[in-house]
Amino acid sequence: MSTQATDRHAIGVAMKRKEDPRFIQGKGHYIDDLAFPGMLYLALVRSPYPHAEIKNIDIADAMKVPGVKAVITGKDLDAAGLGWLPTFHGFDKQMVLAIGKVLFQYQEVAAVFAESREAAADGAEAVQVDYAPLPVVADPFTSKTDKVLLRPDREQKTNHIFHWEVGDKDATARALASSPRRIKERLWFQRCHPAPLEPCGCVAYFDTMGRLQFHVTSQAPHVYRTALALVTGIPEDKIHVISPDLGGGFGNKVPIYPGYVCAIVGALKIGRPVKWIETRTENLTSTGFARDYHMDVEIGATEDGRVTALHVATTADHGAFDAAADPSKYPAGIFGIVTGSYAFPVAHAEVDAYFTNKAPGGIAYRCSFRVTEASYAIERGMDILADELGMDAAELRSKNFVKKEQFPYPSALGFTYDSGDYQKTLNLALEKIGYKQLLEEQAEKRARGELMGIGISTFTEVVGAGPSKHFDILGIKMFDSAEIRIHPTGAGIVRTGTKSQGQGHETTWAQIVAEELGLDPQTIMVEEGDTDTAPYGLGTYASRSTPTAGAAIAMAARRIREKARKIAAHLLEVGEADVEWKDYKFQVKGVPSKTVTMKDVAFAAYTNMAQNEPGLEATFYYDPPNMTYPNGTYVAVVDVDRDTGEVKVRRFLAVDDCGTIINPLVVEGQIHGGLTEGFAIAFMQEVQYDAEGNNLNTNFTDYLLPTSLETPHWETDKTVTPSPHHPIGAKGVGESPNVGSPAAFVNAVIDALSPLGVRHIDMPITRDKVWRAIQEAEQSKK
Amino acid sequence: MIPAAFDYIRAHSADEAFAQLQKHGADARVLAGGQSLIPAMRFRLARPSVLVDVNGIGDFDYIRMNNGTLCIGAIARDVAVERASWSGDRRWSLLHDASRVVADPVVRQTGTVVGSLCHNDPAGDWTAVALATRASVVVRGKSGSRTVPIDEFLVDSYTTAVSEGEIALEARLPVPDDRSAGSYQKIERKVGDFATAAAAVQLSLNADGTIRTAGVALSAAGPCAVRVEEAERLLVGQKPTADVIRAAAAAAAKKSAPQADLRGSIPYKKNLAGVLVARGLRQALGRLGVTI
Amino acid sequence: MKVTVTVNGTVYERDVQPRTLLAYFLREDCGLTGTHVGCDTSSCGCCVVVLDGERAVKSCNMFAVQADGHQILTVEGLANGATLHPLQQGFWDQHGLQCGFCTPGMLLTSYALLKHNPNPSEADIREGLSGNLCRCTGYQNIVKAVQQAAGQMHEPVSA
Repeated sequence: MSTQATDRHAIGVAMKRKEDPRFIQGKGHYIDDLAFPGMLYLALVRSPYPHAEIKNIDIADAMKVPGVKAVITGKDLDAAGLGWLPTFHGFDKQMVLAIGKVLFQYQEVAAVFAESREAAADGAEAVQVDYAPLPVVADPFTSKTDKVLLRPDREQKTNHIFHWEVGDKDATARALASSPRRIKERLWFQRCHPAPLEPCGCVAYFDTMGRLQFHVTSQAPHVYRTALALVTGIPEDKIHVISPDLGGGFGNKVPIYPGYVCAIVGALKIGRPVKWIETRTENLTSTGFARDYHMDVEIGATEDGRVTALHVATTADHGAFDAAADPSKYPAGIFGIVTGSYAFPVAHAEVDAYFTNKAPGGIAYRCSFRVTEASYAIERGMDILADELGMDAAELRSKNFVKKEQFPYPSALGFTYDSGDYQKTLNLALEKIGYKQLLEEQAEKRARGELMGIGISTFTEVVGAGPSKHFDILGIKMFDSAEIRIHPTGAGIVRTGTKSQGQGHETTWAQIVAEELGLDPQTIMVEEGDTDTAPYGLGTYASRSTPTAGAAIAMAARRIREKARKIAAHLLEVGEADVEWKDYKFQVKGVPSKTVTMKDVAFAAYTNMAQNEPGLEATFYYDPPNMTYPNGTYVAVVDVDRDTGEVKVRRFLAVDDCGTIINPLVVEGQIHGGLTEGFAIAFMQEVQYDAEGNNLNTNFTDYLLPTSLETPHWETDKTVTPSPHHPIGAKGVGESPNVGSPAAFVNAVIDALSPLGVRHIDMPITRDKVWRAIQEAEQSKK
Repeated sequence: MIPAAFDYIRAHSADEAFAQLQKHGADARVLAGGQSLIPAMRFRLARPSVLVDVNGIGDFDYIRMNNGTLCIGAIARDVAVERASWSGDRRWSLLHDASRVVADPVVRQTGTVVGSLCHNDPAGDWTAVALATRASVVVRGKSGSRTVPIDEFLVDSYTTAVSEGEIALEARLPVPDDRSAGSYQKIERKVGDFATAAAAVQLSLNADGTIRTAGVALSAAGPCAVRVEEAERLLVGQKPTADVIRAAAAAAAKKSAPQADLRGSIPYKKNLAGVLVARGLRQALGRLGVTI
Repeated sequence: MKVTVTVNGTVYERDVQPRTLLAYFLREDCGLTGTHVGCDTSSCGCCVVVLDGERAVKSCNMFAVQADGHQILTVEGLANGATLHPLQQGFWDQHGLQCGFCTPGMLLTSYALLKHNPNPSEADIREGLSGNLCRCTGYQNIVKAVQQAAGQMHEPVSA
């Protein structure tokens, strides 16, 4: 069957989103909009200490606060066998409420259930906890020494969580040693946080049939259901997870958080619905952070700039528990994509992860499972190499690209890249940005001592987790699914195992169905997030929805088309073999005037199906044969103010190749949003802990989100190289802008400062850092 | 984040507000804009047992010129300065500049100038403006109303001359003469952040082009906004030149005593103080038709 | 304390604690959940409503008792029956929303902005919206949405 979409009934159409009417009228259904009779509110007591023994918890005063119904601690949960929760990565567990000691500042210590928000807050304030502080381990290098053991609960008495590697260690070392040119640089991708505007939350209650009704901000509702069944012992058919409208996710709503478990326990114990909505401070200090990878990047090259080898050794800071929500075989995510767009003959990547007294997490913020870190490492590395060789950054990249003819390309680290035309994408970008003229302008400005920079990033990322051979979460393979039912009047409904948090699935999924079946996308309803009705799926994150569920939808639709063809043959009064699907209709082969539409067939499926099975529906569970490899070229142009260190992003052009585009409006919106996040990461975002383990960025006054005034204007364009293995050739795109842009920004700033001899500045590139780099460079010249 | 419980009193007149504050003393706080107070209450860093809401006192809501003095009433909003018809006049350019960078465009619609002076955040904007313009604040106390010059009004971080039971009624700024202009220069990491560094400059020129009066103040440069007297001394009586500006800027960098924090290191912030004073001087002079 | 607040033209009489924030009063006491709470520090603007027809206010930074006797406009009050407000239409046409959480606040801030500046430039709009955060759109299409609305609301009358 054809894997290329042709033009163009619904795919490729920039149609307005079908979900918008409720949002623009304030009629969305977000978690905090839910209320049930008798509902209690949950507030969590949290530790001010980063590392301390819990000597005593006194709840007497809290219980006296009017409206407080119950207070539970880690001891209570432990007694019920719910003290610990397996993390999604599966090889560690985390405390629900602290047991014995606390391991990071703001860790959950007690849960207060009360009649009102106010009473819960007052009750939480009244809980008295006696702590005995312990020495703090605030960075992974200190942790590595094992002088202070953080996790005595684990079998291995060490702070070292795992060592992971891929590639050919010896061949890479030999190749590097014998390379005429080499660069080595320590690059730190700082800890940041996805911070969707809607914080996490849930409402839990047990209904009259004893079923757990669990409304929760979840990007992966089915996984939650199965995990909860395994952890609580409640049979899975008695658990109903409903993920409502989500106010953003970006990976923040993938993990199962202690507040969720406490709410369920409270609902069970007290027999009333319990609502837990975290505050922004709680969100930033305790939910899944992103990144925190210290990467030593080494690239070898020939004199004329052909890369010979790549070695990356990473020290990873995982916080107090290994809650990095990675597929089980990938403790360092898909970091192996670090060879990027380049044909490295050999490569070796390794990651050593450590516990620290910080919040747990690591996989979030549009990272595609550590692809953001990998992409940053290689794109910065290539620029440092270009600088070392005195080569143009675009030229060096071009020279080393995987060539169009080499696809499907087997990388040195075990990936088979599906498709790409990197040179074409780069050419388009350079032409559109006016690269030659910019270089001339830069030369003139440099002569006058002005600091202007051009930064390029030509990234390849990997998404669509993933083929069952390699990818599972807690053992559940990472397929996805679609169920489509067409009604008698030609309208329909499609349900999938994914869960949009703003990506527009209610529109794009309808477009796929409409395209495959020649129906009207306006009358194809899309439903996600309800585990009672949706087919099993692994959820939406890591740009996997279009590669997996999008494919499942197309395949399910084609199953419907096959069923429909039988009924069409009956309506057309010919044999099945004489009917073909052409121009979105069933046609008698060779007789263009004899057609019936899918709408005709839908009606007949219920009223005149002859000997065929009545109805018109199909389900498809799609196990992707491979990942998909979106890619692109981003170019940033910056001007740096010497006196204030301010970096002005004058222009930013993103040329993306995500294969077939379902809805250009939606794709463009995703690019704008992801670039804005990349911009924030590059210039202003960091979750910092001081040496005593105090979290310094606990709310939006210190953890900075750019406003409309700081955010640059984004220019976008595209090339289209479809994925050969995806039913509609689509690759997914949501995370590409966050994957590819940080390096473009940093490369641009370093390019601006390179005449001064500045080689690297870690993100976030604050004004202070820029100013100091300039000062130091000018001092050392004297 | 839920504040601790408190009692709420809506005052309908200045006398009523004053009486309630006298009655409750340290337990009471004035609720005017509330844009600094309410967030502090939500974090339970401020826990007044009584809030006296003065937003209903119509008599407090004015900005008017009175005999050579600009009088800003207790609940005049930040945005009222921005939108005032006179704020396009170059004499008021310092106020106009500042009014556009206080907090963010929504918070400015409710926050008040007087409230900001009373809050006295080390990185506040209006305090630096008040210093540069030689403002004063009218405070009502037990023994009646008194006018406190801004230098005495700002005591320490979050501390002013308004004592327990007292209320600030009005901010007064002398109306600058025709040959005056100012500039407010603020570096912030993003809109809504407190200043990394800020400088307020107000100049007037003699007929011969020399500087007649100069007001130079810094924010985010110490426990309170601070005047740079040395810079003012270097400017007054001088013809504006690049050297004079440089000297004034150096004095500002020297005077600046910031804290190192997430916004920047001490050397960086001190450097900014100088840079911003220089830029402010150039912009103010530019508005007076003088290009350096 | 008893408060009487007119929201979108309807009078609500409720009993509240003084510490009840206006945002929660609207959401829970009036059942109007379109106004959202996204942060603790009045940084995000998801809670913006319009007070007395003119003033955009962060409703998480105001107590319900302060609104006694006043008029509030929330996102639910923008449409005229089935007819969307030009701002709502603009956001829809220009793809100015993705997850929708910041949208009510953006709409109300824009509403107040256009009241005072019916013909804003792009720079005016970016500045005017800089008290409202968005994580999804990167603001570019929101600006276009407001520009479309401004154009529609102030169409020149043809001779």
